Amino acid sequence: MFGKLTLSDIPYNDPIIMGAVVSASLAGLAIIILITYLKKWSYLWHEWLTSVDHKRIGVMYIILALVMMLRGFADAIMMRGQQAMAAGADHGYLTPHHYDQIFGSHGTIMIIFVAMPFVIGLMNLVIPHQIGARDLAFPVLNSVSFWLTVAGAGLIMISLGVGEFTNAGWFGIAPLFEKTYNPGVGVDYWMWAFQIAGVGSLLSGVNFLVTIVKMRAPGMTFMKMPLFTWTTLTTNVLMILSFPVITGALFLLTLDRYLGMHFFTNDMGGNMMMWNNLFWMWGHPEVYIVILPSFGVFSEVVATFSKKKLFGYVSLVWATAAIMILSFTVWLHHFFTMGNTVNVNIFFGVATMLIAIPTGVKVYDWLFTMYRGRITFTTPMYWVLGFLTIFVIGGMTGVLMAIPPADFVVHNSLFLIAHFHNMLIPGALFGYFAGFAYWFPKVFGFKLDEKWGKRAFWGWAIGFLVAFMPLYVLGFMGMPRRMAHYDTMAWQPWLIAAAVGALIIGLGVLSQGMQIYVSIRDRKKNADLTGDSWGDGRTLEWLSSSPPPVYNFAIIPKVDELDEFWAMKENGTAYQQPAEYHDIHMPKNVMRGPIIGGLVLAFGFAMVWYIWWLAIASIIGVIVTVIVGSSHDDEEYIIPAAEVKRIEDERFAQLAAAMEEKKNN
Amino acid sequence: MSQSHNEEMGAGKITTKAYITGFILALLLTIVSFGMVMSHAFSRTTAMAGLFVAAFAQMVVHLHYFLHLDKSSAQRWNVIALLFTALLLFIFVGGTLWVMYTLNSRMM
Amino acid sequence: MNTNVSQNAVHTADAEHHNHAEIRTFGFWIYLMSDLVLFSVLFATFAVIGFNSAGGPTGKDLFDLPYLFVETMFLLVSSVAFGLTMIAMHNGKQKQVIIGLIITALLGLGFIGMEIHEFVNMIHDGAGPDRSGFLSAFFTLVGTHGAHVSFGLIWIFTMIGQIAKSGLTEGISSRMMRLSLFWHFLDIVWIGVFSFVYLMHVV
Repeated sequence: MFGKLTLSDIPYNDPIIMGAVVSASLAGLAIIILITYLKKWSYLWHEWLTSVDHKRIGVMYIILALVMMLRGFADAIMMRGQQAMAAGADHGYLTPHHYDQIFGSHGTIMIIFVAMPFVIGLMNLVIPHQIGARDLAFPVLNSVSFWLTVAGAGLIMISLGVGEFTNAGWFGIAPLFEKTYNPGVGVDYWMWAFQIAGVGSLLSGVNFLVTIVKMRAPGMTFMKMPLFTWTTLTTNVLMILSFPVITGALFLLTLDRYLGMHFFTNDMGGNMMMWNNLFWMWGHPEVYIVILPSFGVFSEVVATFSKKKLFGYVSLVWATAAIMILSFTVWLHHFFTMGNTVNVNIFFGVATMLIAIPTGVKVYDWLFTMYRGRITFTTPMYWVLGFLTIFVIGGMTGVLMAIPPADFVVHNSLFLIAHFHNMLIPGALFGYFAGFAYWFPKVFGFKLDEKWGKRAFWGWAIGFLVAFMPLYVLGFMGMPRRMAHYDTMAWQPWLIAAAVGALIIGLGVLSQGMQIYVSIRDRKKNADLTGDSWGDGRTLEWLSSSPPPVYNFAIIPKVDELDEFWAMKENGTAYQQPAEYHDIHMPKNVMRGPIIGGLVLAFGFAMVWYIWWLAIASIIGVIVTVIVGSSHDDEEYIIPAAEVKRIEDERFAQLAAAMEEKKNN
Repeated sequence: MSQSHNEEMGAGKITTKAYITGFILALLLTIVSFGMVMSHAFSRTTAMAGLFVAAFAQMVVHLHYFLHLDKSSAQRWNVIALLFTALLLFIFVGGTLWVMYTLNSRMM
Repeated sequence: MNTNVSQNAVHTADAEHHNHAEIRTFGFWIYLMSDLVLFSVLFATFAVIGFNSAGGPTGKDLFDLPYLFVETMFLLVSSVAFGLTMIAMHNGKQKQVIIGLIITALLGLGFIGMEIHEFVNMIHDGAGPDRSGFLSAFFTLVGTHGAHVSFGLIWIFTMIGQIAKSGLTEGISSRMMRLSLFWHFLDIVWIGVFSFVYLMHVV
């Protein structure tokens, strides 16, 4: 009835885990009670959970990312704590088995359930606005993608309290992850969470690509698209072409584990090295997927807050395209030490060095944008400056490791860990935070508090340096990654410093929490009444009100040049009401997003615990839902022209009042 | 009218003749592939090369006669997507073969 | 200037509405590109471990080429049948479309039937997917293709039902367009399968 699930699979004996489970459950319960008390279930279901509106789905993605970031960060603090303590006679407070699960869940959560949702969330919020569209090409698919990601996150959260997580790391180790060596549920939880979320991401990739190719406003040729749209386009090409590889690889592992096949086993004709090849064929494009959107954010933010046109637009586009293509040709640098021939290693080493060049071009373009600009040091600009200074260090260590003999010395040491966190935190994450601060007023109608935003930045920037620079040193001192305990006492002071750094980052995280609280409290004071939240917007998303109406644009704008909104402001044509309005067709909300998400979560759980009847029932449920849903041809509703006029009149009245106010001040 | 309706759907020129021609070409190429192997008349390398050529040719036949891919502007994006994917398949499959076979050579 | 804006709006409103089918077709084509990548992973895996028979049966021992030829014909003819069905659809001939879909489905079922028969026999003879790396790769690649064909069959039956109930509406025609892309695409993948999995291993 319950497969191999029993009550003893709840880890009662581990106080740390139970503490986490109890606090997470209490937090969840508190939220449920709050919603019930405020009688908001119906509102939540009808306005948010079943929404196909890209603006709402974007917000939900980012909420998911921020929540999962808390868990991923808790994992980080635990690891830093353990490593700071566990030297010589002291074995710290975590067993090795527990430690192994923590580094696995840290990586899986941060890449798949923080970075990906953050990226897709930002793309959702911004792209239709930037290209002058009303929604994505496939709004229902957008909802399904989101709920699949939630299902994957749900599985990982459940694994904390029911069963265990993988001890084979976030990228898997063959043959450790095979049934022979890992008969328990840990690997299965990882495998299914990854697979399910991966399908969601693949579908989002298709959605955004088609939207950008087919639904741009009239006149917006490719070379008039904003940079964030360009980086989104290339990111989605990467998603569409690389995610099927991980889908395939995880599928093969699933067959090994469930049907006794021999893809990655160490006997009967399996090839363990094939796993590394397939995983990183996806894995390398994936890291560009998480960073290219940040580069797009930096382009937007740097131009806006330098009050200057982006320098070298054409070179930025070509650099982005070059990165996209080259990112498919470097994957072997993740396993130089697996023992390939010199020629193979050299080819991939050279390709890896080449790919640093377009990023360098971009950095210079951003610097030249700032040069002779009139810079405003807002929170988003702080994140950009932090990126420019700190990310470059990590880029250089990457080029160092691109040399195979050098990599042989530092592969899988803390030098590597420091390098990729140097890419991910000041590179990707600072970009997400910059985008979050930059577009927050557009989405919610009020700006985030600047003071706490800057404090958060300093916490993260200083914390990052204190946490990760010691790791470069430790890498050179020979410390490998993933160690729960060590006997080389000389390492300990550096690890203590790193733990302090993690705590400083924690102060940054707390500041972010404070920022949200204070901003909501002060929202009237920081209200954005014009829609041009920062006053210097250049691109089309700043044309609409903050928050925008559900249809984004009453009349789809015609685009004549790059930075069209800036041009409209110069020409005085930005804020003109049309003579008449028309009915607008919008997609209706659908139930099948959350329903499919719920069924897939049930399927994943059932497969982990071998509850076959539930697995079959939930898959049939998904197929039936899809078939029934596909036959609905009436999933639009109409906003009558009169209603559009009412909304627009209100917007223009508010706009006029705000402009009057500005003139008087 | 039917033609522009097709093009709006993203299809190309659809005629019965296209399907029959495609069928005959595909059938011939299938017979060539099977024939080369079953007849044992060719060396292993020649047969393998022939299989590659025949398979690739038949795929092109299907793409043109059944999926209506051509140089028209209606099909442009479909062709671009396919060509880029094909480039990627070359990198992925070719790269995998190169990597895995050289690894194998170092295992002996 | 105001009239330009509203003319623009009318044009755009039409343009937005009209393009739905084309946008859906293009989106499906892009999904097919991702499916191609998935299949290429399975092909690459087969190329890498395809000769790892672990002392067990090899392709030469197992593959029946005349049988394979008949299977191939089932799928090829079903592709042609679907093509002719699409012509009938563009000419608005509802009854011919349903007949065409039934013929396509029967041919597809013939293909699947032969494949299942082959798999069952192999497993009975101890040449199941758990016997060796070669057989794991074989069953997975060919089986994944077969699973796709089976999903296509479910889709065909769904379309027959929808057309019988509602006729050749715009939504249904748009879905038929995507189904036709899917069905032809599966035949293209099959060319790779019979060439590089079966024939290549017997040569």
